Amino acid sequence: MTWIWSNMDLIWDRTLDHLVLSVPSIILSFVIALPFGWLAHRYRASRAVILTTVGLLYAIPSLPLFIVLPFIVGTSIRSPLNLIIALTLYGVALMVRVVADGLGSVDRDVQQSATGVGFSGWTVFWQVELPLAGPVLLAGLRVVAVSTVSLATVGAVIGAQSLGSLFTDGIQRGIQEEIIAGIVATVLLALVLDAALVLFGRLLMPWTRRSAIGVAARNSAVVAGVTT
Amino acid sequence: MIEFHAVTNRFPDGTLAVDDFSLVLPSYKTTVFVGTSGSGKTTLLRMINRMVDPTSGSIDIDGADIGTLEPVKLRRGIGYVMQNSGLLPHRKVIDNVATVPMLRGMPKKRAREEALQLLDTVGLDRSLANRYPSQLSGGQQQRVGVARGLAVNPNILLMDEPFGAVDPIVRAELQQELLRLQRELGKTVVFVTHDIDEAFLLGDQVVILRTGGKVAQVGSPAEILANPIDEFVATFVGADRGKRSLHVENHGDGDIVVDETGRLAGVLVGSSTTSSRASAASQSGSESQCGSESKAGPRGPGASAQGGDSR
Ligand SMILES: Nc1ncnc2c1ncn2[C@@H]1O[C@H](COP(=O)(O)OP(=O)(O)O)[C@@H](O)[C@H]1O
Ligand SMILES: [Mg+2]
Repeated sequence: MTWIWSNMDLIWDRTLDHLVLSVPSIILSFVIALPFGWLAHRYRASRAVILTTVGLLYAIPSLPLFIVLPFIVGTSIRSPLNLIIALTLYGVALMVRVVADGLGSVDRDVQQSATGVGFSGWTVFWQVELPLAGPVLLAGLRVVAVSTVSLATVGAVIGAQSLGSLFTDGIQRGIQEEIIAGIVATVLLALVLDAALVLFGRLLMPWTRRSAIGVAARNSAVVAGVTT
Repeated sequence: MIEFHAVTNRFPDGTLAVDDFSLVLPSYKTTVFVGTSGSGKTTLLRMINRMVDPTSGSIDIDGADIGTLEPVKLRRGIGYVMQNSGLLPHRKVIDNVATVPMLRGMPKKRAREEALQLLDTVGLDRSLANRYPSQLSGGQQQRVGVARGLAVNPNILLMDEPFGAVDPIVRAELQQELLRLQRELGKTVVFVTHDIDEAFLLGDQVVILRTGGKVAQVGSPAEILANPIDEFVATFVGADRGKRSLHVENHGDGDIVVDETGRLAGVLVGSSTTSSRASAASQSGSESQCGSESKAGPRGPGASAQGGDSR
């Protein structure tokens, strides 16, 4: 414990580093996955191609990707940008299927009646389909958040600072408390981000609060996300 | 006035949903499309607001070919109510009703004020305004659906089996409400149902469809009941089973109207002479066939018989 108390500053700094890596990656994954998920949902022909491609993306082992990516995009190997790109790719790989499933879960009757009363094509998407896919999207985003936070630790192996640095450093220098601090802090950070997402969802989707709608959808999305 | 001119609709997969359909739907009247599932009712209705476009033929509203109108704009001027209400689950009741006027550019405040008044119109308590649709009963949801359909004060109201998913008691209530609204507002209503009793209750003009969007018979409920054009229509309206041929039986306590299969159709009211004559003829309480004057027969149920067609 003494190591932890005397190194609170270090843990805090690594936590911030970790956030700088994961939060942009999570947001970017969502934003990028949206159009691809929409395409996969909307056009039968594109569905198989897109979903297979993102499935393969997720199969790329992370360490080689971290090392190869700088040569492809021209960043330095230790640059956080390098890591953010890699993490975003994995996030997109998870999220595209979730977006497609989420849009697919929207009640066709509701969508038809929105069209029938005079919503135009894009207003149906932004005001009806997207919000109603919300519970599924949120469930997927939670999976992405947790997996991104845990994956970001791998960057430490190639020298990018994060909470992962605590356990690489701890192993090298034989400080057991540092290793444990790294693991615990990573788990805590994942829990905090997850809780923030849940809160965010409650604020943004008040209609799911007082009824059972979306619960089933949420659960099925978690399964879909995990098995991608 | 809505006019169908030789309208045919074939879906891309080859299904012929509507076949050479021509009809005039008079203004301020209710026209009901009735037929079994898959007879093209929904497709016919959706061609009026261009959710579906005809493969051939044309549709005019007040003399203008709707094929030349912008679909979204057209829809925003026509009320549309469907089964399971089709309400937006993520919007409060009041916002569901205010939605289309706001899409048309009405300021939010005014749209919400008018939405509250519409809740009154359809007989909903204003306290429900801030609930989400899932927090309402099926009947209440349908009322909200109707309020939303009326929100732009349309001349035309399209209703696709709007009462199909509620229990019979609530359905009867909603039907009466619709009749009241129609008396007050005088819209051109196009109503789709598979329930012939509902069609006869609500329709000024009833269109009986057979599979493939073919007209089996068009007419007022009385015309159709009196002269089913063929076997199909007779079967559909239940005339062949004697469901529409009513007679009076006396059961001691009073006169009961019964159809030919012996099923209870209602009680006889407001004709004490018939009643007393009938009871006089059967002190023992056994069945008494009334004279031809009280036997409704194929000319439709008598005006005094409750429970059958009430028009
Ligand atoms: N989008 C569609 N694509 C292909 N076939 C359709 C489509 N919509 C309806 N149909 C078919 O057209 C026929 C008429 O359908 P519909 O108008 O919904 O009938 P109803 O409302 O009377 O039940 C049915 O055979 C139905 O399967
Ligand atoms: Mg239908």
